[in-house]
Amino acid sequence: MIPNDTKITPELIAEHGLKPDEYQRILDLIGREPTLTELGIFSAMWNEHCSYKSSKKWLRTLPTTGPRVICGPGENAGVVDIGDGQAIIFKMESHNHPSYIEPYQGAATGVGGILRDVFTMGARPIAALNALRFGAPDHPRTRHTVSGVVAGVGGYGNSFGVPTIGGEVNFDESYNGNCLVNAFAAGLADTDKIFYSQAKGVGLPIVYLGSKTGRDGIHGATMASAEFGEDSEEKRPTVQIGDPFSEKLLLEACLELMASGAVIAIQDMGAAGLTCSAVEMGAKGDLGVELDLDKVPCREAGMTAYEMMLSESQERMLMVLDPAREKDAEAIFRKWGLDFAVIGKTTDDLRFLIKQHGQVMANLPIKELGDQAPEYDRPWVPTPKPASLAPSDVPAPNDLAEVLVKIVGSPDQCSRRWVWEQYDHLIQGNTAIGPGGDAAVIRVGHSGKALAFTLDVSPRYCAADPQEGGKQAVAECWRNLTAVGAEPLAITDNLNFGNPEKPEIMGQFVGCIQGIGEACRALDFPVVSGNVSLYNETNGKGILPTPAIGGVGLLPDMAKRATVAFKAEGEAIVVIGETRGHLGQSIYLRDILARREGSPPPVDLSVERRNGDFVRAEIRSEALTAVHDVSDGGLYLALAEMAMAGDIGAKVDAPKDIPLHAWAFGEDQGRYVVTLPEAAAKGLLDRAAKAGVPAARIGATAGRELTLDGCNPISLQRLKDAHEGWLPAYMAAAPAEAL
Amino acid sequence: MKSAVIVFPGSNRERDMLYALEKITGEKPIPVWHTETELPKVDLVVLPGGFSYGDYLRTGAIAARAAIMDDVRKKADQGVHVLGVCNGFQILCEAGLLPGILVRNNHLKFVCRNVKLEVANAQTDFTRKYAQGQVWRCPVAHGDGNYFTDAETLARIEGENRVVFRYAEGTNPNGSLNDIAGIINDRGNVMGLMPHPENEIEPLNGGTEGRNLFESVLEAVA
Repeated sequence: MIPNDTKITPELIAEHGLKPDEYQRILDLIGREPTLTELGIFSAMWNEHCSYKSSKKWLRTLPTTGPRVICGPGENAGVVDIGDGQAIIFKMESHNHPSYIEPYQGAATGVGGILRDVFTMGARPIAALNALRFGAPDHPRTRHTVSGVVAGVGGYGNSFGVPTIGGEVNFDESYNGNCLVNAFAAGLADTDKIFYSQAKGVGLPIVYLGSKTGRDGIHGATMASAEFGEDSEEKRPTVQIGDPFSEKLLLEACLELMASGAVIAIQDMGAAGLTCSAVEMGAKGDLGVELDLDKVPCREAGMTAYEMMLSESQERMLMVLDPAREKDAEAIFRKWGLDFAVIGKTTDDLRFLIKQHGQVMANLPIKELGDQAPEYDRPWVPTPKPASLAPSDVPAPNDLAEVLVKIVGSPDQCSRRWVWEQYDHLIQGNTAIGPGGDAAVIRVGHSGKALAFTLDVSPRYCAADPQEGGKQAVAECWRNLTAVGAEPLAITDNLNFGNPEKPEIMGQFVGCIQGIGEACRALDFPVVSGNVSLYNETNGKGILPTPAIGGVGLLPDMAKRATVAFKAEGEAIVVIGETRGHLGQSIYLRDILARREGSPPPVDLSVERRNGDFVRAEIRSEALTAVHDVSDGGLYLALAEMAMAGDIGAKVDAPKDIPLHAWAFGEDQGRYVVTLPEAAAKGLLDRAAKAGVPAARIGATAGRELTLDGCNPISLQRLKDAHEGWLPAYMAAAPAEAL
Repeated sequence: MKSAVIVFPGSNRERDMLYALEKITGEKPIPVWHTETELPKVDLVVLPGGFSYGDYLRTGAIAARAAIMDDVRKKADQGVHVLGVCNGFQILCEAGLLPGILVRNNHLKFVCRNVKLEVANAQTDFTRKYAQGQVWRCPVAHGDGNYFTDAETLARIEGENRVVFRYAEGTNPNGSLNDIAGIINDRGNVMGLMPHPENEIEPLNGGTEGRNLFESVLEAVA
């Protein structure tokens, strides 16, 4: 055991991920050499993961307010008013590095952490989603990572009892050494019963709740703030172990305690555990915090102050309690079989004072630990704009039908059923639209109201043009909510990038933020919470820029919702929005021609909004029988998905003024495919014309095959076999060697 | 009809069950905490789905030894109706109230999907509102739903017509023996099944035929 008063050497400082100038800042701040525990505390508070030191400057540029926003970024999760005295509380957070090192536990604790963020604020979780990105399918580690991550997400959420209703699963070689696991959770609370982390009142008891503290996860946040090298296997002990059973008990105990009125402030112990939660509660309330570590419930004997302050053991909470209610509070936690211990108190001296065995182990200024963390204006260079690619630069295929079957059954476009059938997506009995649609929909109470959820980003667009890619991610999220009939309310963002110390990577980050901000402002779609994950690199190679956007929308009347499935034969198929045939950065270009070129499809935000508002109004007037947004893979993929979902075919004719393959597979934005009874089609086209929205009837639903212009008829069975076949076959194949 | 729903630490479909019972019976069911030693006077006792005690040991093994279970056994002996769904079925097997056991799904993965259930015995108090042989859609959500027992017991429960529901049309999601989805005790008042009828009760769920099960008991105890 290293003594607390050990000499702080440059090696020790480097091992804690602190730069020499950052250490100098510590010396200037406290006027002496820190103790080992203090060094650990600074390392925990000042790492990228907790301090946002590279990103803060840019995050401030995002719009975070709106008429419905009750609480924006800075708390455990964002809070948005959904009327009737109710609020939806949601956030998305990454658990990338741990999930690569130990897929099952990394993903499981990612889910646990985000659920805790939500119920810490007094909300009962009603929906979980996750955006997962894995390496190339033929990389020897991918299958193992997919299998472990999916089982971990399911293992935690299923036991905890929240429906996991959607998300994304994608493959790309840039994630070979660094998968992405972005977990989203949303919970429901009454607007007058929301709990915050700001401590209030001097001399009040600080209570430790939940599971015991062990040696797991020490330095997890520091690990998450560094690149991977060849030694990533050795970092396994930094991954926490999840216990969804304890989390479920913690949920019920916390909600019961909150209802009793005893809670003044509450904060979950996530990254950097006890340190981060205690500092945040005190600093936010302009109060000091004094902790006696002898009172902390420990899983093992002989833990040092250093270990206890940095442990990331899961399923723990810190609360400031009304002292008059301490006995009642303890009884609730005992009933649920959880630890409950008063471990300290709030003070008026703004110090963060840590004692163990009667000795002071750390004594630091609490405000500066959080507020005066280093903040960087990192140098960045804009990503060069790619040349655009004309349809004539992209060869047409010999057989469009074969191309469509191939895309339908490709790793990124095939059915994700193998994944979501491992998630309990039906528990709570409120799932109105489950996985596989444009957005999932969950009923809220019994007034007819519902909420829609979706996660979106197209990393290849962001890599080609970060600003357009950032815009597109927000626009697609907004569009997916609109496509089910929801009014988009707000987003949470999970910004996954490489090493920000490289100006090109920082340029991707800045570009994406600018695009996200622009889209959020244009669409009145504020950012209410989020998370930044940097240093997603292995051996110097960064991931594609991946700013995942999680959106929430409101359906005032759930009966007026739309789904993607064709509903009946003989209905008109109409495309809303303009098709120009943009093939740059398209799936056709990448997956059929193996080319990653050109500019991504531009997003005209006013057009996006106009088209979306039109479609939503049509859904709400119950004019449409099916709605699907057009995104990856273009029009033909959208039609194939609608046909497969409804088990009904279609016959479609292309216009003559655009190359057929560009019309079929172009990824122009702001588009929807809708169906409606043939007799009503003219009315829709008239209303669209009046609203200035491009709309064209392209065909009708019919039979059991897809007869698309330029294609031989394709049977639905053939499409489904390709669509449903790839992922199960891939996962069942013999695991690659050398794992 | 008066009903009670037992809540173990880690139960997680108890709210779904409470909602379904209230909606169908018109009376608020009584939640009963596992440390209680006596059930209220009710017509139906339900053990809901979930992961009691995290299912870290064999599923249902710890819950089967909870304080309340002595009275569940006693009430079952007195003829009170007892229903176990999913984890509740596992607990009833571990408690010896139903024969056999639920082991890990044969594909080793958790599975949540809609399956087809065939009513194999429509003569019970839990199925009288179904037609014999009726096939209906119902969701499953479990990791350990693979019904197993020795050959002798299997022959006996089959011979005594005690298989109540079978997975139909090739939809067996877990490798269960003889496609067994639900069974009943010899007296006919204790039933367990893996699927979730409480999640198939209103149009939102995409089907309402789970109601028949609860309506059957309602009629039987009337």
